[in-house]
Amino acid sequence: MEALIALVIGVLTAGGVFLALRGQTFPVVLGLTLMSYAVNLFLFVMGRLAIGVPPVISAAAEGYTDPLPQALVLTAIVISFGMTAFVIVLALKARAEIGNDHVDGLQRDEDRNA
Amino acid sequence: MTLFFSVLTPFVGAALVALASRLGRSHSAWAAGAVTLAAIAWLAPSLHLPFGGTTLIQQYDWMPALGLNLAFRLDGLALLFAGLILGIGLLIVLYARYYLSERDSMGRFYSYLMLFMGSMLGIVLSENLIQLLVFWELTSLSSFLLISYWQHREEARHGARMALTVTGLGGFALLGGFLLLGHIVGSYELSVVLASGDLIRAHPLYLPTLLLVLLGVFTKSAQFPFHFWLPHAMAAPTPVSAYLHSATMVKAGVFLLARLFPALSGTPEWFWLVSGAGLATLLLGAYVALFKHDLKGLLAYSTISHLGLITLLFGLSTPLAAVAGVFHIINHATFKASLFMAAGIIDHEAGTRDMRRLHGLWAFMPYTATLAMVAAAAMAGVPLLNGFLSKEMFFAETVHISETLIGGWLLPALVTLAGALGVAYSLRFIHDVFFNGEPVDLPKTPHEPPRWMKVPVEILVVLCLVVGVAPAFTVAPLLAVAAADTLQTPLPEYHLALWHGINPALVMSLIALGGGALIYLMRRPLFAWHERGLGRLDARIAYNALLEWLFALARSITRLLDTGSLQRQVLFLLAAALALGIAPWLAGGTPLAGNRAGLPLDAVSLTAAGALIVATFATVWWHRQRFVALVTIGVVGLVVALAFIKFSAPDLALTQLSVEIVTIVLLLLALYFLPQHAAPEKDRARLWRDGAIALTAGAGTAALAWAVLTRPYDTIAGYYLENSVPGGGGSNVVNVILVDFRGYDTLGEITVLALAGLGIVAMLQGLQLTAPNRDAAGRPWDADAYPVIMATLTRILLPLALLVAVFILLRGHNQPGGGFIAGLITSVALIVQYLANGAQWTHQRMASDSHPLVAWGLAIAAFTGLASWLFGYPYLTSTYGHLNWPVVGEFELASAMAFDLGVFLVVVGATLMILLQLGGLHHAPPKPRQQH
Repeated sequence: MEALIALVIGVLTAGGVFLALRGQTFPVVLGLTLMSYAVNLFLFVMGRLAIGVPPVISAAAEGYTDPLPQALVLTAIVISFGMTAFVIVLALKARAEIGNDHVDGLQRDEDRNA
Repeated sequence: MTLFFSVLTPFVGAALVALASRLGRSHSAWAAGAVTLAAIAWLAPSLHLPFGGTTLIQQYDWMPALGLNLAFRLDGLALLFAGLILGIGLLIVLYARYYLSERDSMGRFYSYLMLFMGSMLGIVLSENLIQLLVFWELTSLSSFLLISYWQHREEARHGARMALTVTGLGGFALLGGFLLLGHIVGSYELSVVLASGDLIRAHPLYLPTLLLVLLGVFTKSAQFPFHFWLPHAMAAPTPVSAYLHSATMVKAGVFLLARLFPALSGTPEWFWLVSGAGLATLLLGAYVALFKHDLKGLLAYSTISHLGLITLLFGLSTPLAAVAGVFHIINHATFKASLFMAAGIIDHEAGTRDMRRLHGLWAFMPYTATLAMVAAAAMAGVPLLNGFLSKEMFFAETVHISETLIGGWLLPALVTLAGALGVAYSLRFIHDVFFNGEPVDLPKTPHEPPRWMKVPVEILVVLCLVVGVAPAFTVAPLLAVAAADTLQTPLPEYHLALWHGINPALVMSLIALGGGALIYLMRRPLFAWHERGLGRLDARIAYNALLEWLFALARSITRLLDTGSLQRQVLFLLAAALALGIAPWLAGGTPLAGNRAGLPLDAVSLTAAGALIVATFATVWWHRQRFVALVTIGVVGLVVALAFIKFSAPDLALTQLSVEIVTIVLLLLALYFLPQHAAPEKDRARLWRDGAIALTAGAGTAALAWAVLTRPYDTIAGYYLENSVPGGGGSNVVNVILVDFRGYDTLGEITVLALAGLGIVAMLQGLQLTAPNRDAAGRPWDADAYPVIMATLTRILLPLALLVAVFILLRGHNQPGGGFIAGLITSVALIVQYLANGAQWTHQRMASDSHPLVAWGLAIAAFTGLASWLFGYPYLTSTYGHLNWPVVGEFELASAMAFDLGVFLVVVGATLMILLQLGGLHHAPPKPRQQH
């Protein structure tokens, strides 16, 4: 199971990095989203894998997994939504002001004439 | 606290003065005068202390962990300088009232002046070196504002910038010097530093320390080769020049020489560096001053020359030379301030400062002329005036030192030459301006200035005279304490008197006076010679060339690193991260896998992982068909949520699911305005390169994750698991960590979220995007924007969804849930209303503005934290109790739940704010030209 999770994290990272290196804004946002999945999973599994032992205190529980990475990742998920939103709006703003959706933010001649 | 308040008064006063200017022009002058008097009043109770031999030190903890204290010190030297700063400052306030014209803003001028006064006062009263440096930098900044006061003039802007560049550079060096001093001594307190002179001088770091400190001093006090900024600073209004270049700004440098004299002086390095720079500056300043046609230019170079004289005196390192240096600081401040003011009067009343046109003003303003002539005579060192006394001491000291040096006769000879040049330019000031024929083509007919404009000059000139005639009865006590506290040892034997008998110093004075007169008589051939040769040299050219070179260097380095392409920068960043990550792998000999026993694989997990991997590849493969990519990335998010469920993280799964929905809505909205297809990339090589980088990064993270997961670890989780119920009153440990143990972090996080929302609102403000009227495949949009079935269903679902959200919020402390998740669910429920029914319909039933939600949420969260202060606990300490409600039964209430409510509100508010702004874009009224 550990190997599978490691593989999943690796695949998500690879996909995220490849998309983040594209020139248009939208694939970059997709890439960042994939990378945040990878990072969140990575952080989460730092508490090691455990099945059926949620960190909710009760008399019947057999044990608990590590709650700390979970708390970290929970806020990270929400924050990465904020970041995605900010980046995508930045892309829209750039589209409106320079007329293209390239990440370099340079005005190209064909857009200016369009 | 009195010293601190004295320093603080001008800073606070700066605002008051600016406000007072609204009442009328004179009001800000009155206010500035009152502020100066108030600063004096704060000092008044302690003024007698230095005379009794006590050094007053007032200290308050500021950042004790860093060794930074607010520490103030009043000893003789500080007293002398505080007196000069405040006393001459008061005269400048009065003078400037009449100098500034109707067009100049009084409030701005006096406000800057007060800022500068406070900064200077801070320097001289500081006990802590770092604190001194802060004020030192403040003088650079506030003098920049003062010099550039006439912002519409180019030379004012250039002069101010040059002064800031040079003194700022020096300030930076000084910081290094002070840090080294602190390192050597182990304390930044002056009392300790001054007592550790032997330790500092014997330390291997002495030379670098000395060089850095001197760099600060020389730039500030305009010593050669940094003297060139001072003449250009003359673009300032004359009251500013009179203040900055007589008693304050440039004196800060020599103040520091005097202040650190016991700590740094007495070595050959000090002697050669300080006196060398001083002598060069003395000669250069005196020489150039003679050839300046601008009245203020002459005074500027004369100031440089006198600063060189003072520096030379401190460089000589003998106690008597230091006494003479302190004495000359006082004398120079008085006569130079009055001369600048006189020059300002002449400029004001005659309309020019050009000495080739100003002649014979004696006939028009005999009174001002008399004052200026007395002050200029003091500058020349004529007997019966204060300048003579300190110059005598100076000459005597150089003779004394020369006896111990090989080729020492050169020093007295050179300073006599400088003295003669000083006499010559003073003569020129007097003879050229007030006599020497008729004025040439003046813009105005000169006349005497208003009565009160002359008063400051009169006071200073009387001081020059009184000190010059009877030094023992006037300046002697002040000089004694100031010099004693400069030396930090008992004073050497000296005698302040007009007549010491016939001695070498007197002979030198006489030679200087005679020689000066001779030089002035020979001025015509000398001028011609100067114009042909040295006059063409201008340090400003070298400065500008250096600056240009630096800019070009910076530009070329920037071009090398930053090609203007973000894409490339990301590539560099990733490549660097990979290199840093791979290097240890290659070097280390540890095996990749550890020995921790793993969980067994099962078919469901394998299938889910397979789905995730396929979906990831699909996203990458089809990223140019953007809607397809959006669907496949949704699958990825879903599987990640499933993984959270599988591995005992219900809170994360709930969060991930609801965030997934909001994110997809967000991306869909954005995609509406972005191109929906992208052309395939032509550059195959780039694709292969990026693919290789991506695969390496993926393999690296996978290996890292694998290495960690197969190793056992220690965790601090035990503490949280044990204390969650007894300490936090909740059994959902993740939620208790968020709202209680690490509540402060969460407060920061919701603040970030709120800021992201506000930032998005700000970015979208006034943004006009053309919405396409066809979809990606070229089909027109469906006319039925809000299908009836969907609209009806969502309306029915809304109360249910809200109920779930409240439930999740309330139970969050004990069961999976909480403010973040409840907030996201609520947002989704509300967003769906917008999607199904349209913004117009929804806004009729609900407030459209979600800013208040964010504000309330942050306020509640922050206030919950503050409330614990009321009970004497640290910020965000939580408490809980059990209430017994009728019917419902026992109900637990924790203060952390209020915090969670704040989190909830912020999440709802920020999410709605973001999505509604984006969704509202195409409802913005289209521009008329788009309607054709």
